[in-house]
Amino acid sequence: MTATKSDSIDRVAFPPNWRTRIGWILLALYVVYAGSQLGFSAERFSSGLEHGHRFLARMFPPNFGRWELIASGIIESMQIAVISTFFGILLSLPIGLLAARNMTPGWISWPTRGFIALCRSFHPIIVSILFVKAIGFGALAGVMALIVASIGFISKLFAEAIEEISLKQVEAVRATGAGFISTLIMGVQPQVLPRFIGFATYQLDSNLRNSTMVGIVGGGGIGAALFTAYQRFDFDVVLAILIVIVSLIMIAEIVSGWARRVFQ
Amino acid sequence: MTVADNLHRDWRRFSPLQRLSRFGFYLFAIAALVASLRTIDVIPEFLYDAPDQMVDLVSRMWPPDMSYIGPTLKGMIETLHIATLGTIIAIVMALPVGLLAARNVTPNLPLNLFAKFIFVTSRSINSLVWALLFVAVFGPGPLAGTLAIAFRSIGFTGKLFAEALEESNKGSIEALTASGASKLSTLIWGYWPQVRPAFWSIALFRWDINIRESAVLGIVGAGGVGVALDTALNLLYWDQVAVVLIAMFLVVIIAEIVVTTLRARIL
Repeated sequence: MTATKSDSIDRVAFPPNWRTRIGWILLALYVVYAGSQLGFSAERFSSGLEHGHRFLARMFPPNFGRWELIASGIIESMQIAVISTFFGILLSLPIGLLAARNMTPGWISWPTRGFIALCRSFHPIIVSILFVKAIGFGALAGVMALIVASIGFISKLFAEAIEEISLKQVEAVRATGAGFISTLIMGVQPQVLPRFIGFATYQLDSNLRNSTMVGIVGGGGIGAALFTAYQRFDFDVVLAILIVIVSLIMIAEIVSGWARRVFQ
Repeated sequence: MTVADNLHRDWRRFSPLQRLSRFGFYLFAIAALVASLRTIDVIPEFLYDAPDQMVDLVSRMWPPDMSYIGPTLKGMIETLHIATLGTIIAIVMALPVGLLAARNVTPNLPLNLFAKFIFVTSRSINSLVWALLFVAVFGPGPLAGTLAIAFRSIGFTGKLFAEALEESNKGSIEALTASGASKLSTLIWGYWPQVRPAFWSIALFRWDINIRESAVLGIVGAGGVGVALDTALNLLYWDQVAVVLIAMFLVVIIAEIVVTTLRARIL
Protein backbone atom coordinates (compact mmCIF):
# COMPACT_ATOMS: atom_id res chain seq x y z
CA MET A 1 0.00 0.00 0.00
CA THR A 2 2.82 2.43 0.83
CA ALA A 3 4.37 3.98 -2.25
CA THR A 4 8.08 3.16 -2.18
CA LYS A 5 10.35 5.72 -3.81
CA SER A 6 12.17 4.02 -6.62
CA ASP A 7 14.89 6.01 -8.41
CA SER A 8 14.55 4.37 -11.84
CA ILE A 9 10.73 4.59 -12.18
CA ASP A 10 8.90 7.67 -10.98
CA ARG A 11 5.42 6.38 -11.64
CA VAL A 12 3.69 4.37 -8.93
CA ALA A 13 0.94 1.91 -9.79
CA PHE A 14 -1.37 3.17 -7.05
CA PRO A 15 -0.46 6.74 -6.10
CA PRO A 16 -1.36 7.81 -2.57
CA ASN A 17 -4.64 9.68 -2.37
CA TRP A 18 -4.05 12.40 0.22
CA ARG A 19 -7.68 13.42 0.48
CA THR A 20 -8.67 9.88 1.48
CA ARG A 21 -5.76 9.62 3.90
CA ILE A 22 -6.70 12.87 5.63
CA GLY A 23 -10.25 11.55 5.85
CA TRP A 24 -9.06 8.38 7.59
CA ILE A 25 -6.87 10.41 9.98
CA LEU A 26 -9.81 12.66 10.88
CA LEU A 27 -11.93 9.56 11.47
CA ALA A 28 -9.25 8.12 13.77
CA LEU A 29 -9.09 11.41 15.70
CA TYR A 30 -12.87 11.38 16.06
CA VAL A 31 -12.77 7.82 17.41
CA VAL A 32 -10.24 8.84 20.06
CA TYR A 33 -12.26 11.96 20.98
CA ALA A 34 -15.61 10.16 21.12
CA GLY A 35 -14.07 7.30 23.08
CA SER A 36 -12.81 9.73 25.71
CA GLN A 37 -16.23 11.42 25.84
CA LEU A 38 -18.02 8.12 26.36
CA GLY A 39 -15.79 6.86 29.17
CA PHE A 40 -13.65 4.35 27.28
CA SER A 41 -10.60 3.63 29.40
CA ALA A 42 -8.25 0.76 30.05
CA GLU A 43 -9.13 0.38 33.72
CA ARG A 44 -12.85 0.24 32.96
CA PHE A 45 -12.19 -2.55 30.51
CA SER A 46 -10.02 -4.48 32.95
CA SER A 47 -12.54 -4.12 35.79
CA GLY A 48 -15.25 -4.95 33.25
CA LEU A 49 -13.54 -8.21 32.40
CA GLU A 50 -13.62 -9.16 36.06
CA HIS A 51 -17.33 -8.23 36.35
CA GLY A 52 -18.00 -10.03 33.10
CA HIS A 53 -16.40 -13.17 34.45
CA ARG A 54 -18.60 -13.13 37.55
CA PHE A 55 -21.65 -12.23 35.45
CA LEU A 56 -21.13 -15.18 33.12
CA ALA A 57 -20.48 -17.49 36.06
CA ARG A 58 -23.84 -16.51 37.55
CA MET A 59 -25.60 -16.97 34.21
CA PHE A 60 -24.62 -20.61 33.82
CA PRO A 61 -26.36 -22.97 33.98
CA PRO A 62 -29.59 -21.37 32.67
CA ASN A 63 -32.43 -21.73 35.14
CA PHE A 64 -35.68 -22.90 33.53
CA GLY A 65 -37.21 -23.46 36.97
CA ARG A 66 -39.92 -20.85 36.46
CA TRP A 67 -40.88 -22.11 33.03
CA GLU A 68 -44.59 -21.32 33.56
CA LEU A 69 -43.79 -17.63 33.92
CA ILE A 70 -41.54 -17.74 30.86
CA ALA A 71 -44.14 -19.62 28.81
CA SER A 72 -46.98 -17.24 29.65
CA GLY A 73 -44.73 -14.24 28.88
CA ILE A 74 -43.58 -15.67 25.56
CA ILE A 75 -47.16 -16.50 24.56
CA GLU A 76 -48.23 -12.96 25.37
CA SER A 77 -45.35 -11.61 23.29
CA MET A 78 -46.45 -13.75 20.35
CA GLN A 79 -50.04 -12.55 20.75
CA ILE A 80 -48.86 -8.94 20.78
CA ALA A 81 -46.79 -9.52 17.65
CA VAL A 82 -49.60 -11.25 15.70
CA ILE A 83 -52.34 -8.78 16.62
CA SER A 84 -50.21 -5.69 16.07
CA THR A 85 -48.97 -6.98 12.70
CA PHE A 86 -52.54 -7.71 11.58
CA PHE A 87 -53.99 -4.34 12.55
CA GLY A 88 -50.82 -2.57 11.44
CA ILE A 89 -51.19 -4.08 7.96
CA LEU A 90 -54.93 -3.41 7.90
CA LEU A 91 -54.32 0.28 8.63
CA SER A 92 -51.28 0.44 6.36
CA LEU A 93 -53.24 -0.60 3.26
CA PRO A 94 -55.33 2.57 2.99
CA ILE A 95 -52.55 4.77 4.38
CA GLY A 96 -50.02 3.40 1.89
CA LEU A 97 -52.51 3.87 -0.93
CA LEU A 98 -53.10 7.47 0.10
CA ALA A 99 -49.35 8.09 0.24
CA ALA A 100 -48.67 6.68 -3.26
CA ARG A 101 -48.09 9.66 -5.51
CA ASN A 102 -49.41 7.94 -8.63
CA MET A 103 -52.74 7.14 -6.97
CA THR A 104 -53.64 10.29 -5.08
CA PRO A 105 -53.13 14.04 -5.61
CA GLY A 106 -50.33 15.86 -3.80
CA TRP A 107 -52.50 17.51 -1.17
CA ILE A 108 -53.40 14.04 0.13
CA SER A 109 -50.12 12.19 -0.42
CA TRP A 110 -47.75 14.68 1.24
CA PRO A 111 -49.56 14.98 4.60
CA THR A 112 -49.91 11.19 4.63
CA ARG A 113 -46.18 10.82 4.04
CA GLY A 114 -45.54 13.21 6.92
CA PHE A 115 -47.72 11.09 9.20
CA ILE A 116 -45.82 7.95 8.14
CA ALA A 117 -42.49 9.69 8.89
CA LEU A 118 -43.81 10.63 12.34
CA CYS A 119 -44.78 6.99 13.04
CA ARG A 120 -41.34 5.82 11.96
CA SER A 121 -39.19 8.34 13.78
CA PHE A 122 -39.78 7.06 17.31
CA HIS A 123 -38.48 3.74 18.57
CA PRO A 124 -41.33 1.33 19.50
CA ILE A 125 -40.17 1.40 23.12
CA ILE A 126 -40.71 5.15 23.36
CA VAL A 127 -44.13 4.88 21.72
CA SER A 128 -45.08 2.15 24.17
CA ILE A 129 -44.06 4.37 27.12
CA LEU A 130 -46.63 6.89 25.90
CA PHE A 131 -49.29 4.22 25.43
CA VAL A 132 -48.59 2.77 28.86
CA LYS A 133 -49.37 6.21 30.26
CA ALA A 134 -52.46 6.59 28.07
CA ILE A 135 -54.06 3.15 28.40
CA GLY A 136 -52.30 1.63 31.39
CA PHE A 137 -49.96 -1.31 31.87
CA GLY A 138 -50.48 -4.50 29.91
CA ALA A 139 -50.46 -6.08 26.52
CA LEU A 140 -52.74 -3.48 24.93
CA ALA A 141 -50.12 -0.73 25.26
CA GLY A 142 -47.57 -2.95 23.54
CA VAL A 143 -50.05 -3.79 20.77
CA MET A 144 -50.79 -0.11 20.13
CA ALA A 145 -47.10 0.81 20.08
CA LEU A 146 -46.25 -1.92 17.60
CA ILE A 147 -49.23 -0.98 15.41
CA VAL A 148 -47.72 2.50 15.15
CA ALA A 149 -44.32 1.00 14.28
CA SER A 150 -45.91 -1.27 11.66
CA ILE A 151 -47.73 1.64 10.04
CA GLY A 152 -44.47 3.58 9.81
CA PHE A 153 -42.70 0.71 8.08
CA ILE A 154 -45.35 -1.02 5.94
CA SER A 155 -47.16 2.07 4.65
CA LYS A 156 -43.90 3.53 3.40
CA LEU A 157 -42.80 0.37 1.57
CA PHE A 158 -46.33 -0.28 0.34
CA ALA A 159 -46.58 3.24 -1.10
CA GLU A 160 -43.23 2.73 -2.85
CA ALA A 161 -44.40 -0.64 -4.23
CA ILE A 162 -47.56 0.94 -5.60
CA GLU A 163 -45.57 3.78 -7.16
CA GLU A 164 -43.44 1.23 -9.02
CA ILE A 165 -46.28 -0.82 -10.55
CA SER A 166 -46.85 -0.97 -14.28
CA LEU A 167 -49.84 1.16 -15.22
CA LYS A 168 -50.55 -0.86 -18.35
CA GLN A 169 -52.43 -3.54 -16.44
CA VAL A 170 -54.30 -0.92 -14.46
CA GLU A 171 -55.35 0.78 -17.72
CA ALA A 172 -56.38 -2.57 -19.24
CA VAL A 173 -58.64 -3.30 -16.27
CA ARG A 174 -59.99 0.24 -16.35
CA ALA A 175 -60.70 -0.10 -20.10
CA THR A 176 -63.08 -2.98 -19.39
CA GLY A 177 -65.19 -0.52 -17.43
CA ALA A 178 -64.09 -1.54 -13.93
CA GLY A 179 -64.67 0.79 -11.02
CA PHE A 180 -62.03 2.04 -8.57
CA ILE A 181 -62.28 -0.91 -6.19
CA SER A 182 -62.24 -3.47 -9.01
CA THR A 183 -59.20 -1.75 -10.51
CA LEU A 184 -57.44 -2.03 -7.16
CA ILE A 185 -58.30 -5.71 -6.75
CA MET A 186 -57.67 -6.87 -10.32
CA GLY A 187 -55.04 -4.38 -11.54
CA VAL A 188 -52.97 -3.31 -8.52
CA GLN A 189 -53.24 -6.19 -6.03
CA PRO A 190 -51.69 -8.97 -8.21
CA GLN A 191 -48.68 -6.75 -8.90
CA VAL A 192 -47.93 -5.87 -5.30
CA LEU A 193 -49.02 -9.02 -3.41
CA PRO A 194 -45.68 -10.93 -3.45
CA ARG A 195 -43.71 -7.90 -2.23
CA PHE A 196 -46.44 -7.11 0.23
CA ILE A 197 -46.25 -10.59 1.79
CA GLY A 198 -42.51 -10.01 2.03
CA PHE A 199 -43.00 -6.77 3.99
CA ALA A 200 -45.68 -8.33 6.17
CA THR A 201 -43.57 -11.31 7.20
CA TYR A 202 -40.59 -9.03 7.75
CA GLN A 203 -42.74 -6.80 9.95
CA LEU A 204 -44.00 -9.84 11.86
CA ASP A 205 -40.38 -10.76 12.61
CA SER A 206 -39.62 -7.21 13.65
CA ASN A 207 -42.74 -6.96 15.82
CA LEU A 208 -41.87 -10.26 17.47
CA ARG A 209 -38.41 -8.93 18.36
CA ASN A 210 -39.89 -5.74 19.77
CA SER A 211 -42.79 -7.46 21.54
CA THR A 212 -40.23 -9.27 23.67
CA MET A 213 -38.91 -5.85 24.72
CA VAL A 214 -41.95 -3.63 25.32
CA GLY A 215 -42.44 -5.37 28.67
CA ILE A 216 -39.40 -3.45 30.00
CA VAL A 217 -41.53 -0.29 30.05
CA GLY A 218 -44.77 -2.05 31.04
CA GLY A 219 -46.14 -2.94 27.63
CA GLY A 220 -46.75 -6.64 28.31
CA GLY A 221 -45.00 -9.81 27.17
CA ILE A 222 -41.83 -11.58 28.21
CA GLY A 223 -39.87 -8.32 28.60
CA ALA A 224 -41.34 -7.70 32.06
CA ALA A 225 -40.14 -11.10 33.31
CA LEU A 226 -36.73 -10.50 31.72
CA PHE A 227 -36.31 -7.08 33.30
CA THR A 228 -37.52 -8.24 36.74
CA ALA A 229 -35.11 -11.18 36.70
CA TYR A 230 -32.32 -8.80 35.64
CA GLN A 231 -33.06 -6.31 38.41
CA ARG A 232 -33.09 -9.11 40.98
CA PHE A 233 -29.71 -10.34 39.68
CA ASP A 234 -31.25 -13.71 38.78
CA PHE A 235 -28.92 -13.91 35.81
CA ASP A 236 -29.52 -17.64 35.30
CA VAL A 237 -33.21 -16.88 34.71
CA VAL A 238 -32.19 -14.03 32.38
CA LEU A 239 -30.14 -16.47 30.32
CA ALA A 240 -33.03 -18.96 30.20
CA ILE A 241 -35.40 -16.23 28.94
CA LEU A 242 -32.83 -15.07 26.37
CA ILE A 243 -32.43 -18.61 25.05
CA VAL A 244 -36.21 -18.88 24.65
CA ILE A 245 -36.44 -15.47 22.92
CA VAL A 246 -33.59 -16.18 20.49
CA SER A 247 -34.98 -19.61 19.57
CA LEU A 248 -38.43 -18.10 19.02
CA ILE A 249 -36.99 -15.42 16.73
CA MET A 250 -35.01 -18.00 14.75
CA ILE A 251 -38.10 -20.21 14.29
CA ALA A 252 -40.08 -17.16 13.20
CA GLU A 253 -37.40 -16.30 10.62
CA ILE A 254 -37.57 -19.80 9.17
CA VAL A 255 -41.38 -19.69 9.01
CA SER A 256 -41.44 -16.27 7.36
CA GLY A 257 -38.76 -17.33 4.88
CA TRP A 258 -41.05 -20.22 3.97
CA ALA A 259 -44.03 -17.87 3.58
CA ARG A 260 -42.01 -15.59 1.27
CA ARG A 261 -41.09 -18.58 -0.93
CA VAL A 262 -44.74 -19.63 -1.19
CA PHE A 263 -45.67 -16.20 -2.59
CA GLN A 264 -42.62 -15.78 -4.82
CA MET B 1 -60.56 -34.95 -27.21
CA THR B 2 -62.89 -32.59 -29.02
CA VAL B 3 -62.39 -28.92 -29.66
CA ALA B 4 -65.16 -28.05 -27.24
CA ASP B 5 -63.36 -29.89 -24.44
CA ASN B 6 -60.26 -27.84 -25.10
CA LEU B 7 -62.26 -24.65 -25.06
CA HIS B 8 -63.72 -25.44 -21.68
CA ARG B 9 -60.40 -26.35 -20.13
CA ASP B 10 -60.00 -24.77 -16.76
CA TRP B 11 -57.12 -22.30 -16.83
CA ARG B 12 -55.51 -21.62 -13.49
CA ARG B 13 -52.68 -19.30 -12.58
CA PHE B 14 -51.10 -21.54 -9.90
CA SER B 15 -50.36 -25.23 -9.57
CA PRO B 16 -52.33 -27.26 -6.97
CA LEU B 17 -49.32 -27.34 -4.66
CA GLN B 18 -48.96 -23.57 -4.85
CA ARG B 19 -52.63 -23.10 -4.11
CA LEU B 20 -52.47 -25.55 -1.23
CA SER B 21 -49.48 -23.82 0.35
CA ARG B 22 -51.09 -20.40 -0.10
CA PHE B 23 -54.26 -21.68 1.48
CA GLY B 24 -52.15 -23.15 4.29
CA PHE B 25 -50.49 -19.78 4.83
CA TYR B 26 -53.82 -17.92 5.02
CA LEU B 27 -55.28 -20.58 7.32
CA PHE B 28 -52.25 -20.41 9.58
CA ALA B 29 -52.33 -16.61 9.67
CA ILE B 30 -56.05 -16.45 10.48
CA ALA B 31 -55.79 -19.21 13.10
CA ALA B 32 -52.91 -17.37 14.79
CA LEU B 33 -54.85 -14.11 14.74
CA VAL B 34 -58.08 -15.60 16.11
CA ALA B 35 -56.22 -17.52 18.81
CA SER B 36 -54.35 -14.36 19.82
CA LEU B 37 -57.42 -12.15 19.88
CA ARG B 38 -59.39 -14.63 21.97
CA THR B 39 -56.76 -15.21 24.59
CA ILE B 40 -54.89 -11.92 24.95
CA ASP B 41 -55.17 -10.40 28.39
CA VAL B 42 -56.68 -6.95 27.90
CA ILE B 43 -58.45 -4.95 30.57
CA PRO B 44 -61.37 -3.29 28.76
CA GLU B 45 -61.85 -0.63 31.48
CA PHE B 46 -58.45 0.77 30.52
CA LEU B 47 -59.64 1.20 26.96
CA TYR B 48 -62.78 3.17 27.87
CA ASP B 49 -60.95 6.11 29.37
CA ALA B 50 -58.06 5.97 26.87
CA PRO B 51 -59.26 9.10 24.99
CA ASP B 52 -59.49 11.07 28.27
CA GLN B 53 -56.05 9.85 29.26
CA MET B 54 -54.64 10.85 25.86
CA VAL B 55 -56.06 14.37 26.21
CA ASP B 56 -54.68 14.51 29.75
CA LEU B 57 -51.26 13.39 28.48
CA VAL B 58 -51.16 16.05 25.77
CA SER B 59 -52.33 18.77 28.17
CA ARG B 60 -49.56 17.80 30.60
CA MET B 61 -46.99 17.90 27.81
CA TRP B 62 -48.00 21.33 26.56
CA PRO B 63 -46.31 23.77 26.77
CA PRO B 64 -42.91 22.01 26.65
CA ASP B 65 -40.56 22.99 29.46
CA MET B 66 -37.90 24.91 27.58
CA SER B 67 -35.54 24.94 30.57
CA TYR B 68 -34.98 21.22 29.95
CA ILE B 69 -33.26 21.94 26.63
CA GLY B 70 -29.84 21.92 28.36
CA PRO B 71 -29.90 18.31 29.65
CA THR B 72 -31.66 17.19 26.46
CA LEU B 73 -28.97 18.70 24.25
CA LYS B 74 -26.21 17.18 26.36
CA GLY B 75 -27.89 13.78 26.17
CA MET B 76 -28.49 14.15 22.45
CA ILE B 77 -24.80 14.84 21.75
CA GLU B 78 -23.96 11.74 23.78
CA THR B 79 -26.51 9.74 21.77
CA LEU B 80 -24.94 10.91 18.51
CA HIS B 81 -21.50 9.88 19.79
CA ILE B 82 -22.87 6.48 20.88
CA ALA B 83 -24.49 5.91 17.48
CA THR B 84 -21.43 7.03 15.50
CA LEU B 85 -18.75 5.32 17.56
CA GLY B 86 -20.95 2.22 17.92
CA THR B 87 -21.32 2.03 14.13
CA ILE B 88 -17.55 2.46 13.63
CA ILE B 89 -16.71 -0.27 16.16
CA ALA B 90 -19.36 -2.53 14.60
CA ILE B 91 -17.84 -2.08 11.15
CA VAL B 92 -14.32 -2.75 12.42
CA MET B 93 -15.54 -5.99 13.99
CA ALA B 94 -17.83 -6.91 11.08
CA LEU B 95 -15.21 -6.53 8.31
CA PRO B 96 -13.14 -9.63 9.20
CA VAL B 97 -16.27 -11.66 9.91
CA GLY B 98 -17.76 -10.49 6.61
CA LEU B 99 -14.60 -11.64 4.80
CA LEU B 100 -15.01 -15.03 6.47
CA ALA B 101 -18.68 -15.21 5.49
CA ALA B 102 -18.17 -14.38 1.79
CA ARG B 103 -17.90 -17.68 -0.06
CA ASN B 104 -15.71 -16.31 -2.84
CA VAL B 105 -13.17 -14.72 -0.47
CA THR B 106 -13.07 -17.62 2.01
CA PRO B 107 -13.83 -20.87 0.16
CA ASN B 108 -14.26 -22.82 3.38
CA LEU B 109 -17.75 -23.93 4.41
CA PRO B 110 -17.20 -24.36 8.19
CA LEU B 111 -15.68 -20.87 8.40
CA ASN B 112 -18.59 -19.42 6.34
CA LEU B 113 -21.11 -21.04 8.67
CA PHE B 114 -19.22 -19.87 11.75
CA ALA B 115 -19.35 -16.28 10.46
CA LYS B 116 -23.07 -16.61 9.68
CA PHE B 117 -23.62 -17.90 13.20
CA ILE B 118 -21.96 -14.74 14.60
CA PHE B 119 -24.26 -12.60 12.43
CA VAL B 120 -27.41 -14.42 13.53
CA THR B 121 -26.48 -14.19 17.21
CA SER B 122 -25.76 -10.49 16.91
CA ARG B 123 -29.06 -9.75 15.16
CA SER B 124 -31.28 -11.98 17.29
CA ILE B 125 -30.50 -10.18 20.54
CA ASN B 126 -32.23 -6.83 20.81
CA SER B 127 -30.07 -3.76 21.41
CA LEU B 128 -31.82 -3.24 24.76
CA VAL B 129 -30.78 -6.74 25.84
CA TRP B 130 -27.21 -6.13 24.66
CA ALA B 131 -27.35 -2.91 26.70
CA LEU B 132 -28.56 -4.80 29.80
CA LEU B 133 -25.70 -7.27 29.43
CA PHE B 134 -23.06 -4.55 29.00
CA VAL B 135 -24.50 -2.49 31.86
CA ALA B 136 -24.05 -5.56 34.07
CA VAL B 137 -20.44 -5.89 32.89
CA PHE B 138 -19.20 -2.28 32.60
CA GLY B 139 -21.69 -0.51 34.84
CA PRO B 140 -24.25 2.10 33.74
CA GLY B 141 -23.13 4.73 31.26
CA PRO B 142 -22.51 5.43 27.58
CA LEU B 143 -19.71 2.85 27.38
CA ALA B 144 -22.26 0.05 27.78
CA GLY B 145 -24.54 1.75 25.25
CA THR B 146 -21.81 2.09 22.65
CA LEU B 147 -20.82 -1.56 22.94
CA ALA B 148 -24.49 -2.60 22.81
CA ILE B 149 -24.96 -0.65 19.55
CA ALA B 150 -21.71 -2.09 18.19
CA PHE B 151 -22.53 -5.72 18.98
CA ARG B 152 -26.07 -5.38 17.75
CA SER B 153 -24.89 -3.90 14.42
CA ILE B 154 -22.27 -6.55 13.58
CA GLY B 155 -24.89 -8.91 12.15
CA PHE B 156 -26.56 -6.34 9.91
CA THR B 157 -23.42 -4.67 8.53
CA GLY B 158 -21.44 -7.90 8.25
CA LYS B 159 -24.19 -9.79 6.43
CA LEU B 160 -24.72 -7.02 3.87
CA PHE B 161 -20.95 -6.55 3.45
CA ALA B 162 -20.50 -10.28 2.80
CA GLU B 163 -23.29 -10.16 0.21
CA ALA B 164 -21.63 -7.19 -1.51
CA LEU B 165 -18.33 -9.11 -1.58
CA GLU B 166 -20.02 -12.15 -3.09
CA GLU B 167 -21.50 -10.02 -5.87
CA SER B 168 -18.16 -8.48 -6.86
CA ASN B 169 -16.80 -9.05 -10.35
CA LYS B 170 -14.15 -11.76 -10.70
CA GLY B 171 -12.28 -10.14 -13.63
CA SER B 172 -10.18 -7.60 -11.79
CA ILE B 173 -9.46 -10.07 -8.99
CA GLU B 174 -8.19 -12.68 -11.44
CA ALA B 175 -6.06 -10.01 -13.13
CA LEU B 176 -4.48 -9.13 -9.80
CA THR B 177 -3.92 -12.78 -8.87
CA ALA B 178 -2.33 -13.41 -12.29
CA SER B 179 0.11 -10.53 -11.69
CA GLY B 180 1.21 -12.31 -8.49
CA ALA B 181 -0.59 -10.09 -5.99
CA SER B 182 -0.79 -11.35 -2.44
CA LYS B 183 -4.12 -12.07 -0.70
CA LEU B 184 -3.98 -8.71 1.06
CA SER B 185 -3.27 -6.80 -2.15
CA THR B 186 -6.18 -8.57 -3.86
CA LEU B 187 -8.45 -7.45 -1.03
CA ILE B 188 -7.30 -3.83 -1.10
CA TRP B 189 -6.99 -3.30 -4.86
CA GLY B 190 -9.40 -5.93 -6.19
CA TYR B 191 -12.36 -6.19 -3.84
CA TRP B 192 -12.32 -2.87 -2.00
CA PRO B 193 -12.88 -0.57 -5.03
CA GLN B 194 -15.80 -2.77 -6.05
CA VAL B 195 -17.54 -2.90 -2.69
CA ARG B 196 -16.71 0.66 -1.60
CA PRO B 197 -20.08 2.22 -2.62
CA ALA B 198 -21.99 -0.64 -0.99
CA PHE B 199 -19.80 -0.34 2.10
CA TRP B 200 -20.50 3.37 2.63
CA SER B 201 -24.17 2.93 1.94
CA ILE B 202 -24.41 0.07 4.50
CA ALA B 203 -22.51 2.16 7.06
CA LEU B 204 -24.80 5.18 6.56
CA PHE B 205 -27.94 3.06 6.65
CA ARG B 206 -26.88 1.45 9.91
CA TRP B 207 -25.87 4.80 11.40
CA ASP B 208 -29.37 6.08 10.70
CA ILE B 209 -30.92 3.05 12.45
CA ASN B 210 -28.45 3.35 15.34
CA ILE B 211 -29.44 6.94 16.08
CA ARG B 212 -33.01 5.74 16.75
CA GLU B 213 -31.82 2.75 18.75
CA SER B 214 -29.26 4.60 20.87
CA ALA B 215 -31.91 7.15 21.86
CA VAL B 216 -33.76 4.50 23.91
CA LEU B 217 -30.78 2.79 25.54
CA GLY B 218 -30.85 5.29 28.41
CA ILE B 219 -34.01 3.61 29.71
CA VAL B 220 -31.87 0.69 30.90
CA GLY B 221 -29.09 3.04 32.02
CA ALA B 222 -26.82 2.86 29.00
CA GLY B 223 -26.36 6.59 28.44
CA GLY B 224 -27.57 9.08 25.86
CA VAL B 225 -30.74 11.14 25.61
CA GLY B 226 -32.75 8.18 26.93
CA VAL B 227 -31.38 8.97 30.41
CA ALA B 228 -32.88 12.48 30.21
CA LEU B 229 -36.15 10.91 29.03
CA ASP B 230 -36.13 8.33 31.81
CA THR B 231 -35.47 10.96 34.49
CA ALA B 232 -38.31 13.15 33.25
CA LEU B 233 -40.65 10.14 33.03
CA ASN B 234 -39.87 8.95 36.53
CA LEU B 235 -40.55 12.43 37.92
CA LEU B 236 -43.73 12.65 35.80
CA TYR B 237 -42.51 15.92 34.25
CA TRP B 238 -44.39 15.42 31.02
CA ASP B 239 -43.53 18.91 29.74
CA GLN B 240 -39.85 17.86 29.92
CA VAL B 241 -40.68 14.56 28.19
CA ALA B 242 -42.19 16.62 25.37
CA VAL B 243 -38.89 18.51 24.93
CA VAL B 244 -36.95 15.24 24.66
CA LEU B 245 -39.46 13.78 22.17
CA ILE B 246 -39.33 16.89 19.97
CA ALA B 247 -35.52 16.77 20.03
CA MET B 248 -35.55 13.08 19.04
CA PHE B 249 -37.94 13.75 16.18
CA LEU B 250 -35.81 16.61 14.84
CA VAL B 251 -32.56 14.64 15.08
CA VAL B 252 -34.06 11.60 13.35
CA ILE B 253 -35.42 13.75 10.51
CA ILE B 254 -32.10 15.59 10.10
CA ALA B 255 -30.17 12.30 10.13
CA GLU B 256 -32.47 10.92 7.46
CA ILE B 257 -31.91 13.96 5.26
CA VAL B 258 -28.13 13.74 5.77
CA VAL B 259 -28.10 10.03 4.92
CA THR B 260 -30.24 10.50 1.81
CA THR B 261 -28.01 13.32 0.52
CA LEU B 262 -24.78 11.43 1.20
CA ARG B 263 -26.12 8.24 -0.37
CA ALA B 264 -27.13 10.12 -3.50
CA ARG B 265 -23.54 11.40 -3.77
CA ILE B 266 -21.96 7.99 -3.16
CA LEU B 267 -24.13 5.86 -5.44
